[in-house]
Amino acid sequence: MTGKLASTAITVAIILVALVFIYLPVGTLVLFSLHDGRVPVPPFQGPTLEWYGRILDNPRIMSATVSSVIVGLVSSLVSVALALLAGWGLARHRVPGRKLVEALLMMPLAVSYLIVGVGLMVSFSDYIPKSVGFVLIGHVVLNLPLAFAILYVQFDTAQARLEAAARDLGASEAQVFFRVTLPSLRIPIIAAFALCFTFSWDEFIVAFLLSGFDPTLPVVIWGLLRTGLDPQTNAAGTLVFLVSICFALVVELFLLRKKPE
Amino acid sequence: MTKTANLSLKALSKRFGETMAVRDLSLDIPASSYVVLLGPSGSGKTTLLSMLGGFTAPTSGQIFLDDDDITLMQPAQRPTATVFQDYALFPHLSVGDNVAFGLSVRKVAKAEAARRVAEALDMVGLKGFEKRKISEASGGQRQRIALARALVIDPAILLLDEPLGALDLNLRRQMQDELRALQKRERRTFVHVTHDQEEAMAIADTIVIMKDGVIEDAGPPQDVYSHPRSRFSAQFMGESNILDADISEGMAETALGRFPVVGKGTAAVAIRPENFTVTPGEGAVSLGMAALEEVVFQGSFVRLSARIGNVEIRLRVPPADISGSGQQVEVFLKRGGAAALQS
Amino acid sequence: MANTVTVSPETMAARRERRQGLFLVAPAAIWTLAFFLIPTLSIFWLSLFKKTGGRVGDEMTLANYERFLSQGYFRESLFNSLELTAIVAVLSILLAYPLAATIAFRVAPRYKRLCLMLAVLPFWTSYVVRSYAWLLVLAPNGVVNRTLLATGLLSEPLTLSFTQGATVLGFVHFFTMLGTLTIYASLARINPKLILAARDLGASQWQTFWRVIFPLSIPGVAAGVFLVVVITIGDYVTPQILGGNNQLVLPQTIIMQIQRRADIPMAAALSVIMMVVVGLAYLAMARKLTAERA
Repeated sequence: MTGKLASTAITVAIILVALVFIYLPVGTLVLFSLHDGRVPVPPFQGPTLEWYGRILDNPRIMSATVSSVIVGLVSSLVSVALALLAGWGLARHRVPGRKLVEALLMMPLAVSYLIVGVGLMVSFSDYIPKSVGFVLIGHVVLNLPLAFAILYVQFDTAQARLEAAARDLGASEAQVFFRVTLPSLRIPIIAAFALCFTFSWDEFIVAFLLSGFDPTLPVVIWGLLRTGLDPQTNAAGTLVFLVSICFALVVELFLLRKKPE
Repeated sequence: MTKTANLSLKALSKRFGETMAVRDLSLDIPASSYVVLLGPSGSGKTTLLSMLGGFTAPTSGQIFLDDDDITLMQPAQRPTATVFQDYALFPHLSVGDNVAFGLSVRKVAKAEAARRVAEALDMVGLKGFEKRKISEASGGQRQRIALARALVIDPAILLLDEPLGALDLNLRRQMQDELRALQKRERRTFVHVTHDQEEAMAIADTIVIMKDGVIEDAGPPQDVYSHPRSRFSAQFMGESNILDADISEGMAETALGRFPVVGKGTAAVAIRPENFTVTPGEGAVSLGMAALEEVVFQGSFVRLSARIGNVEIRLRVPPADISGSGQQVEVFLKRGGAAALQS
Repeated sequence: MANTVTVSPETMAARRERRQGLFLVAPAAIWTLAFFLIPTLSIFWLSLFKKTGGRVGDEMTLANYERFLSQGYFRESLFNSLELTAIVAVLSILLAYPLAATIAFRVAPRYKRLCLMLAVLPFWTSYVVRSYAWLLVLAPNGVVNRTLLATGLLSEPLTLSFTQGATVLGFVHFFTMLGTLTIYASLARINPKLILAARDLGASQWQTFWRVIFPLSIPGVAAGVFLVVVITIGDYVTPQILGGNNQLVLPQTIIMQIQRRADIPMAAALSVIMMVVVGLAYLAMARKLTAERA
């Protein structure tokens, strides 16, 4: 029995050490966002919500938050919609060059975000002004393959039978799509949307290269870094982190739960 | 000469939380015999095999191999080898490397190992398969590779956990014959777990029927089939008519009348459907007229369901015996056809 | 045989189906084509010109690539990137493997999901925020230095931030989480009976690990390493925030060419080199990435 106890102790120790390492930065970030002092370093004083108040009063941070939310929501929506249509088309219709189209849609995953941003910048900066809209275009490029990867596998034979049954009962193609396909795929659709949002919400490099006078939140935080360590940056960073976590949990609950062990 | 040994289980028990998977079980398995542990799922047969293999430590009791207590010996040290239910072949190794695994971890010299692997593969009919990938092997071939992998390390006892469960019916029949032939040739002890009573009868020297962690019945297939010890064993080994009875001095008093029984039980009587007949024969006892309720032609025999008084019985007779007969037939019990049950 | 040319119902149906299919696939395909493939190809195209007098020249030339080879500044940034990637890959796998293995083999089944979730939750922190958080930890008066000074292990604070070590730490932290996920996925797929079989056939714990468990987990390790390569080579943020201007890596020189020098063709040439490196890494590892199936 002591052997078993020792073994459990080792397991717990390994997990704890790992978690301390993993949570050290984000824990420090969150803790010192509540720090009652001008520089977020130990010893910790407080807590205070002063810095959260400051960022709420900071018009630059607030407008950046709005930009980020808009970019996140719209780019996720567009990505999921395009991915859904493409998945439906490729899975249910004999599209010529199917393999080629699949490869095309997945290709952006193999390239770093930096390349996507640089590519868009050098190709389109003469035609599209640097703006929230330009960032949005870039984020759809980044998220479309993710959404496609999640949704394409959902069009399996079981789903096909469901759709065939609806057709057999007299539903038109549009009715099949809106009354059978969409509702039965709502969980992966929500998961894909949430995943796209988390990636878009805190994406930096594409936003950095393509945004103009209305930068997104990560770009504004980047600017704040020039002033060094500042509890206000901690507060803004915590905000970004918490929103990401909420959406990540949605992904976790909706997408991963479906797969039984 | 293959090494083998007598296996002896003494008062073996295994508790998982609240449930007793195996309960105070004792059993002697003589060297070079083919033993089949037979029982429904949850009967404890797999737990028992797992204790023999050293994968599960018993809660109490001991396991002896000849005079050595191996109860707590690690699987690696034990002179047992297991053929797992889904074969558990290593997908990243070739057929040859799978079979060689046990030799290679023992640091057997390369040339010697290669020779023994070739021999083992030859023995299971897969000569020259060394270089193939596991993913290229069919179900039956995987079964043979698993056998070769276990036999090549020269175990005294080979443990087989539902080894034929994944195969289709024809292949299963063929593998049953091969397993039995292999065991007879190798003269090693095989302990084989299954829930298929036909498989058990086809291959076993000794069948051990388990239920709720205890041995319900044990013996050669013929004995267990013809003279079951209990109601459970009688029914598990195939269709059986079970009648309440008062038994004394080899005679049973039942709802079908009075007739001789075989065996020393006193609880009830079991009669196999084929031990009824509708033609009188030597030593047969008439049970009176029966009303036929259902007649199903099954090729070499006819399955009947009939009623004598209030008693519903099932019979199995040659088709010629009832051709042209009406709704009523006289039913006889063959000599020695009724077994007295102990519980 | 009739003389009129008829189209069979089958052909008609196939045509209609194809038209519908193309119609559905078109938006996504056109988006990717226009905003990904064409821009990426234009990077290749642009890299073949030279910036002359504030604008892109008309003549095709390999001058940018010659500059890359001849100027130590550019070459070094590639070497720095490769060196960084190699160090990060090795350290991340060394940390992630034991954690993944502990969760896969030692943690009770009902806690596995929780452990895994906890172990990867900070993965979702933005790059910028995560790197800033490491600055807080590594600052001269930050958590690490204060702790070490307080325990008397140090008398002077260490310079931890704005070093290559800080960049490595930032990346290793990120990829420990990601690698734990990919390696765990591989380990969890291993049939537990294979481990029993190895033990039954006489293998020690050590032999079981090296001969059965590790070979079967290689796809997870390879996936982790591949992600390290793709992301580390392409990331501008972590080295810029944590490493400062020491030992510049490829993305830093690319951004430098764009922002400071406004030399788009040179930035394009450097981007091409980056893509080629990632492509080679993929080709080298493609075979290891797929799991063996029995």
